[in-house]
Amino acid sequence: MVTINRDSKISRRKHQHQDSKLCFPLQFHHGTENLSSAKESSFPVFVHKPSIGVRIHHSLAVRPPPPRSSPPEEFSLLHFAKLEQLKTIGRELAMGSQGGFGQSKEFLDLVKSIGEARSKAEEDRIVLHEIETLKRRIIEPDIPKRKMKEFIIRLVYVEMLGHNASFGYIHAVKMTHDDNILLKRTGYLAVTLFLNEDHDLIILIVNTIQKDLKSDNFLVVCAALNACCRLINEETIPAVLPQVVDLLNHPKEAVRKKAIMALHRFYQKSPSAVSHLVSNFRKKLSDNDPSVMGATLCPLYDLIAIDANPYKDLVISFVSILKQVAERRLPKSYDYHQMPAPFIQIKLLKILALLGSGDKNASGHMYTVVHDIIRKADLSSNIGNAVLYEAMCCAAAIHPNTKLLEATVDAISRFLKSDSHNLKYMGIDALGRLIKVSPEVAEQHQLAVIDCLEDPDDTLKRKTFELLYKMTKSSNVEVIVDRMIDYMININDSHYKTEISSRCVELAEQFAPSNQWFIQTMNRVFEHAGDLVNIKVAHNLMRLIAEGFGEDDDNADSQLRLSAVESYLGLIGKPKLPSTFLQVICWVLGEYGTACGKFSASYITGKLCDVAEAYSTDDTVKAYAVAALMKIYAFEIAAGRKVDILPECQALIEEQLASHSTDLQQRAYELQAVIALDPQSVESVLPFDASCEDIEVDKSLSFLNSYVQQALEKGAQPYIPEEQRSGIPAISSFISRSHHGPSSHGLRFEAYELSKPVPQPKPSPPSLVPSTELVPVSEPSYSRETHQTSLARLETNVGSNEIKLRLDGVQKKWGSPSYSSPTPSTSSPSSQHAVNGVSQHDGASSVSSKARDSSSDYWKQQPKISPEKQKLAASLFGGIAKAEKRATTSSQGPTKAVETKSVVEKAPMAAPAPPLPDLLDLGEPDNNSGNSSAASDPFKQLEGLLEPGQGTSCANNSNPTSSSKDSDLIGLYGSIPTSGQNNLIFGSSTPNTASKNGHETNAAALLSQGTKGPNLKDALQKDSLVRQMGVTPTNQNPNLFKDLLG
Amino acid sequence: MLIHIGCWVCVVQIHFVILINRQGKVRLTKWYSPYTQKERTKVIRELSGLVLNRGPKLCNFVDWRGLKAVYRRYASLYFCMCIDQDDNELEVLEIIHHYVEVLDRYFGSVCELDLIFNFHKAYYILDEILIAGELQESSKKTVARLIAAQDSLVEAAKEQESSISNIIAQATK
Repeated sequence: MVTINRDSKISRRKHQHQDSKLCFPLQFHHGTENLSSAKESSFPVFVHKPSIGVRIHHSLAVRPPPPRSSPPEEFSLLHFAKLEQLKTIGRELAMGSQGGFGQSKEFLDLVKSIGEARSKAEEDRIVLHEIETLKRRIIEPDIPKRKMKEFIIRLVYVEMLGHNASFGYIHAVKMTHDDNILLKRTGYLAVTLFLNEDHDLIILIVNTIQKDLKSDNFLVVCAALNACCRLINEETIPAVLPQVVDLLNHPKEAVRKKAIMALHRFYQKSPSAVSHLVSNFRKKLSDNDPSVMGATLCPLYDLIAIDANPYKDLVISFVSILKQVAERRLPKSYDYHQMPAPFIQIKLLKILALLGSGDKNASGHMYTVVHDIIRKADLSSNIGNAVLYEAMCCAAAIHPNTKLLEATVDAISRFLKSDSHNLKYMGIDALGRLIKVSPEVAEQHQLAVIDCLEDPDDTLKRKTFELLYKMTKSSNVEVIVDRMIDYMININDSHYKTEISSRCVELAEQFAPSNQWFIQTMNRVFEHAGDLVNIKVAHNLMRLIAEGFGEDDDNADSQLRLSAVESYLGLIGKPKLPSTFLQVICWVLGEYGTACGKFSASYITGKLCDVAEAYSTDDTVKAYAVAALMKIYAFEIAAGRKVDILPECQALIEEQLASHSTDLQQRAYELQAVIALDPQSVESVLPFDASCEDIEVDKSLSFLNSYVQQALEKGAQPYIPEEQRSGIPAISSFISRSHHGPSSHGLRFEAYELSKPVPQPKPSPPSLVPSTELVPVSEPSYSRETHQTSLARLETNVGSNEIKLRLDGVQKKWGSPSYSSPTPSTSSPSSQHAVNGVSQHDGASSVSSKARDSSSDYWKQQPKISPEKQKLAASLFGGIAKAEKRATTSSQGPTKAVETKSVVEKAPMAAPAPPLPDLLDLGEPDNNSGNSSAASDPFKQLEGLLEPGQGTSCANNSNPTSSSKDSDLIGLYGSIPTSGQNNLIFGSSTPNTASKNGHETNAAALLSQGTKGPNLKDALQKDSLVRQMGVTPTNQNPNLFKDLLG
Repeated sequence: MLIHIGCWVCVVQIHFVILINRQGKVRLTKWYSPYTQKERTKVIRELSGLVLNRGPKLCNFVDWRGLKAVYRRYASLYFCMCIDQDDNELEVLEIIHHYVEVLDRYFGSVCELDLIFNFHKAYYILDEILIAGELQESSKKTVARLIAAQDSLVEAAKEQESSISNIIAQATK
């Protein structure tokens, strides 16, 4: 209808034009409704109700009547007048025609026996038996079609219970070919449930779908379109696409709607195949049936999510549709719990959010309507809140408008103050969206947020962590990450553990106030989520320890390292540390374990051996441990001290010399070789603290020049570069072959020739080296990874003076891949030694340990005592002023450390906390919230004192308060009317128990309207039917008969 | 095993629908994202463990493998739909309720037993409400009308299985 316009004048006029068209369907809906209601009357609505089977009558005599848990007296009192009536109806029904639920006895028995199965194993046995039966019977010749239909439904049942029914797929496919719509529909249902779009059998259905799309029975077309959505894959789209496009103009709105959905699905699967048809979605937006218009919003939403720009011209149309929907211009049948077409409203709001994001102009059109929706929102119903939430998301996403944001903040606070956990959850979520726009909002709700954080409900807690994650800045990172880790420790869900640990790491890397804190945080993350953490994080940690601050403060660096070493020595004895973490520990102990002089080499090596022994199945850890041993011995030798290898170290090395892992073996041999060297060479092989230094590789191999010269003089041929040699088919050098291999694509058919340039190797060293001869020369031509293994092969044959070069290579492995950072370390071995004073380290370590201890105290007490909550609030939310303060102080490190301490040390002194800058920020909101929950309860504090504080149990302490607050949460949904728990079928005739909950009145009224009429009859019908089939509602599950909405 | 789920995250709104009862027995499953039979079993096991063990006052959403399971309990049956993290959970909660209301209209005070024996009908109804993981119809009346049309057709088919032309005539009149 309307294409993208370039000229603004014309486009405006066209907008109006289009606008009027868009309004059109909405204004004329009454016509369609009349039509539809007329139509409806021609169809009996509930014709399906199954009648009672005479066949299985006998079971009635045998089985006892279903036990009724509601007292019969009460029942008869309430419904005495109706009893007679019921009896007659019941008798009539029992005498009625045959059919049961329309299935055979066999099938009913199956369902029944499954229903009565007491264990999963028993159920499996029954299903397997059923599969055998079906396998046998489904291939019998001349099965009546009705029987076949039942088999197919039984297959669906089997598959639904999680068993493989693939043997029958082909029969379901065959059934789709049937002319009888009854069978066809069953066939389509089965194949859509059985087959994925990449199943081989799809190809057999495409033809049928094609044919059915052309059918003049719209129900057949609908069934085929349903199947299209599920089964048509990228390859088969072209086969049905023309028909589906034709169906967009089908007279039946149901068909148009499904055609839109099918086209949408095609677009999702293969955008290129239907990209030329995208304009159809725009056109169908003005379809004169609201359901088609509603369906069109789905594909438009997707399209706009991909690229909003081509659809900016639709903003006004969407806004006007939304306005009309909100003003109840759609047919009444779209109302849902008195909301006008809420699902369409939500979809429209989602679209507007996309269109308005970052577009001031487009957002301008939306303010009024979104504001109206927020203002008029119906807070009593769930769906009203759903629309309100979507409107808030929209307000947060589009170009900010103060009035709108104010309304949103109001709505959020209503959500957060609500008793319903669902609403709190949504409020936290909306808050998370809004703080991107206006970060100060969170402060107003700090105590509500903290309440949610301490809520026993995991889902709510996680959502709150997500919010905290979004509002983390350098001022509150410590509190937030600490909280996250505390939570992480106590969960088992590995998926979420991975997520939250990576978030911790991300925040710590981004906002870490000090390196010390960073290391300690990383330790905790590794300790508790080790194997779930990305290995890169471990490398980052090692790099940080090696590089230090990156400032010229070697003193701080060595303090940092010492604290790392100390913390690792403390942790190393713990059982079952994750492998990644052990690697870090080994590496750090190897590099810096003896650096400070506080720990002796034998102490550290002993610890390393313990690690290698305790984790003897983990080769990587062992390799790290052996490498660390080597470094420590090397440092000892270089420092001129005598090395006495502990017997267990000796044993470890011996063992590794014979290891099956070549890597370990090589390391063990290298270690032996290093120990045998003299101090000078050891120091040049393994210089102290050189892990950050770049290793220069002389790629031109200039040190070989003289050697080459000599060879040339002796008459050898000069080296010809590879590209010049490319004409020669024979590539004898395995090096060049390995380089060549991956890049040459075709197969090589000619045989490998024996090396032609036999005389060449010697004069052209880099191209080919017989491995025993020229060890050092070959080295640079390998990539770093292969380097090591090649060395391993050479190891045994070479003399000691060549080892130097090789060990450089080893160093490189440690050095370069993980420390490729461009900033070279400034520390040199000499300066390092000068700095290593014991006194400094003591100071650092005491600070760190104190900080850790008291911080754990802090969290233990925090939830119990309300001032602590305030403090938490202060440290979480009061960060803005703090951050500014910090910006003024020049040296970040030291001040930060002080601050950490001060925040942390408040904890032990319980109530009268020293007035901190943090608390001042709280100001008014704090006072307002004084009445909330346990804030001012003195007994709460006593409780806290009496109880042995366990970090883990503290969350439960907040239980009573919060649960008493949320008295009627679930009641909202009428899901468990506790009083009516035992109502049997007859319970359905009593007024809905759920209506006790004031909130639910709307829904209840609506429902009872709908259900009251047929209720009694239905209930009795079901009861007698069930008894006839022999399904006894034993005490095992009386709920089977309870009305879902009752 | 389920790592690949992430690939389809942006494709559909609702990844799957599961109905389980309080004992963890499956009453209905419908998958809109591709899962193998093995994965399906695992999903059901994991989710029923999560959902059935939740306390009554907690919120109706559960984190599950980076997705969100929205569930709602009706008598002894749990209706559970799985959506993306940042979708509107309340809306999905109402989609569930919408489905239940339509079922209720169709079966007349629907109870678990209706769904046990007529699960294929529950499927047909679900197919009219959700298509490819999206809500296709929010009008209960329209759904009821379509289902009734199908049923009347079925009735007609039973009565006059021989004459197909009659069926078509009835359906399109």
